[in-house]
Amino acid sequence: MTAVFQSDTSANPESGFHVELTAFSGPLDLLLSLIREEQVDIYDIPIARICEQFVARIRTLGLNEAAEYLEMAARLLRIKAQMLLPRTESEQWEDPRAELVRRLLEYQQMREVVDVLERRGEERRNQFARAYLPQAAAPPQAPLALSLAELLAAVDRVLRASKVPNMHEVIPRALDVPGAITIIRSVLAMRARIMWTDIITSASEPWQILSTLLGLLELAKLGEIKVAQLKPYADVEISRDTASEAA
Amino acid sequence: MTPLAKLLEAALFASARPISTDELAALDGEASRAELQSALDEIREHYDVEGHGVELSELAGGWQILTRAEYTEAIERAQLAARPARLSGAALESLAIIAYRQPISRSEIEEIRGVAVGGMLKSLHERGLIDVVGRGEGLGRPLLYGTTPLFLEHFALRHLEELPRADELAIALRVPVRDADAEPVASAAAAASAGSAGSE
Repeated sequence: MTAVFQSDTSANPESGFHVELTAFSGPLDLLLSLIREEQVDIYDIPIARICEQFVARIRTLGLNEAAEYLEMAARLLRIKAQMLLPRTESEQWEDPRAELVRRLLEYQQMREVVDVLERRGEERRNQFARAYLPQAAAPPQAPLALSLAELLAAVDRVLRASKVPNMHEVIPRALDVPGAITIIRSVLAMRARIMWTDIITSASEPWQILSTLLGLLELAKLGEIKVAQLKPYADVEISRDTASEAA
Repeated sequence: MTPLAKLLEAALFASARPISTDELAALDGEASRAELQSALDEIREHYDVEGHGVELSELAGGWQILTRAEYTEAIERAQLAARPARLSGAALESLAIIAYRQPISRSEIEEIRGVAVGGMLKSLHERGLIDVVGRGEGLGRPLLYGTTPLFLEHFALRHLEELPRADELAIALRVPVRDADAEPVASAAAAASAGSAGSE
């Protein structure tokens, strides 16, 4: 359904079924060719007859797997049903075929343009323009003929030209979580209940505070301690978890 | 041939694509448009009158030297050049709709063709025949498609207006008026019910 070239009639890998492209380019195309074959007036389509023909045709052509053809078949059946409904003279009757007629006319007009394009395209196809000449392949780059001194001088020039970046010295200081755990355990061994401020002083460095925090979380996870904060921003209370001790 | 005609001929020979009049003007800053045109006419006459194997064609807003159709088969048989594959009917249908209704969204094309065209648009886009020209106002801001200069080249059209006007087609239909298609439907309905009045 999506092939651009006529020669390419292979099944579309994206869809599970294969629709013969050369026969009909869609349900409207099939419908139009039926109308032409049956020589009926497009403005007064004998919907029951055309509908039957359409369904029979999509079966023989194996198109009844294609959603678009099925949708058209369903549409025709609906119009057929609507035509059968009794209608009174008084109320304004709207022909259920009107929308279909409009689409068919629109489609037919487009097909006229297709004929023009096909003719023009075929004419142009039979003429050759100057062939496109591919660019000559770029020759492989010559190996660098540079001495080490020249290379270093070049690097130096580049570095000199660039702005000196704002550098900071970063001292690696790994966190010491096991150490902090040992401290907390030893403090708790002496006192059943301690406060956060007991183990962290204002002199503590950030890495020590972080180590202690992680140590506390680790111990709480292990169930050795209980951590509580009685109200927001209050000092954190750390106590031995007596329940787990007993167990 | 005049020196200007020779210069243009050389440029047309060198280029693989049609050259627009603006580009030709850049070849000789002193030449006026009229002089360029008469030089082009001179080349064309030169090829036609003396019976050359090539001709000068005006297409896609420019000029291009093309071989004459009668030699195509011999050239192709000798495998010196190959004709591009024909576009399928489905591809032509989509192109025809886009050419007339551009900028147009995928769903509008599907509405006219009655089939899904997603993969088709992708292939046409890859072939360079259509391009995304904007986004619509509707739900999801759909991509809007239009034809490219390569489209004109492919069908040897000088410009889009060379296609028959909508009212010149045997079946005159509405000229694309966005979101105002209520009237033609009504008239089609009127025509249809008028036709059915006698028979039913």
